[in-house]
Amino acid sequence: MIHVLDPGPQTTVQDAGRSGHMRYGIPPSGPVDRHSFVLANRLVGNPDGAAALEFTLMGPRLRAETPCTIAVTGADAPLTLNDAAAPVWTTLTLAAGDVVRIGAARAGVRGYVAVAGGIDVPPVLGSRSTYLRGRMGGVHGRPVARDDRLPLGAAPAAPRRRTVPSEARPKWGGEPALRVVLGPQADRFTDEGIAAFLGGSYEVLPQSDRMGVRLRGARIAHARGHDIISDGIALGAVQVPGDGQPIVLLVDRQSTGGYTKIATVCSFDIARVGQAKPGQRLRFTAVDVATAHRLLKESDAALARVELEEIA
Amino acid sequence: MLVELGEGISVDVNTRVRALEYLIAQKAVPGVVETVPTYSALLVYYDPSIVGYDGLCGQLAALAEQATTTAMPPAREVELPCCYEGELGPDVEAAAQRLELSVDELVRLHEGAEYLVYFIGFTPGLPYMTGAPERLTIARLDNPRVKVPAGSVAIGGIQCCIYPVESPGGFWLLGRTPVRLYDPEASEPILLKPGDRVRFRRIERREYNDIAERVAAGRFRPVIR
Repeated sequence: MIHVLDPGPQTTVQDAGRSGHMRYGIPPSGPVDRHSFVLANRLVGNPDGAAALEFTLMGPRLRAETPCTIAVTGADAPLTLNDAAAPVWTTLTLAAGDVVRIGAARAGVRGYVAVAGGIDVPPVLGSRSTYLRGRMGGVHGRPVARDDRLPLGAAPAAPRRRTVPSEARPKWGGEPALRVVLGPQADRFTDEGIAAFLGGSYEVLPQSDRMGVRLRGARIAHARGHDIISDGIALGAVQVPGDGQPIVLLVDRQSTGGYTKIATVCSFDIARVGQAKPGQRLRFTAVDVATAHRLLKESDAALARVELEEIA
Repeated sequence: MLVELGEGISVDVNTRVRALEYLIAQKAVPGVVETVPTYSALLVYYDPSIVGYDGLCGQLAALAEQATTTAMPPAREVELPCCYEGELGPDVEAAAQRLELSVDELVRLHEGAEYLVYFIGFTPGLPYMTGAPERLTIARLDNPRVKVPAGSVAIGGIQCCIYPVESPGGFWLLGRTPVRLYDPEASEPILLKPGDRVRFRRIERREYNDIAERVAAGRFRPVIR
């Protein structure tokens, strides 16, 4: 059992996500940064998709009610164990009564706290992920709150202490170039509009959340109207409403919508969108579908290949 | 992959969209993970480690040829009680005035029609429907509401929708159903499905309150045939 002493601004339970319900308007949810989420689970000996905590900009303060094993990954935030600095991206063994505290993110937005055995909230439609707008999953469909006591699943025998090698820890910050496939409505924009989208840099706005990241930069001009009759919205869809400013849609997105979509950010670059802080800038680079599929395969293989290092 | 089966909002085109979705599920096309039907297109999520883009295009194009009404099982008919009175139907008088109808005529036309659920989208369980007589075609509100109460039954353009959760909205609110279209606590959280036929049954305020109580206690199921 984990006792939440302070939840941080928005901390939710997320597992691999809820699939098969978008045709009923229910998005998949799940972690925004799958790479960091999966590695947190591996560090504590869990299956890749076990339910963990995702925090936003500032981490929670948690007390172990029973001995347990945790790992913190994702956004670069300071971690303390009983007020002494502790390593992130590393397996940590907690005794009953130990308190961990995660501070403000220096880079990145979302961090993950995995606990051996996973967080054992009841699954809803096959998933423990929290969908905040739909008040579904996680802890009664809401973010975790002060004094919540999070039940844990049966943990495997005390996992070995391991750490993620530094080359497999993503670096946030800078001005990432995101790979996109143009479409499905790229033909609804002027050539100048597409050139602006691919040539400019776009600033992340504070109104961004798990539904979508709002951006501001060079105006993307429509050729004929910004509204379409509603169609489905894929993960990473770049929607451009009438003001010409793009919105990249993430895991809690609306399932359908009526704005034109100029492109789709490739799934392997979604974490880099979701980890960009307000004020940080992003760029877009077009690739074709075959290249996108090849890069996805490489990205999946790289994650599968990560070898956790044993530590004493 | 977005498969477009036509243009615009029409029963024919949308029927082909839903038929294609049905065929994909029936044939269990390898690599297809999830599908989202809308008015005239089907969004197909697929796993490129199982099926490539060109291969899937070919398979879906072949299935699209067979996608017609006859390919699908019969539609369900769902009857939803709806109260058009007082604060439950805050726009009913203004809409009647705009359409140059009496309130009673407006309500009779609205509850007398059968509505087709083209698809569910935007928020959990929200049905996109048409079916109202042409006489009820109405431009959307000039000033969309920031908060529309859950259960509101509304019209805009040629469409009719029901808001399952409190959300913003630009349609005219004619009434409210006490039935929950989305209940995250239920074993089946979503009431309506793409392809359903919906009818409204006019109820008075007393019956609305009564059904609302039974819904809250988990003792009410709408009539589904």
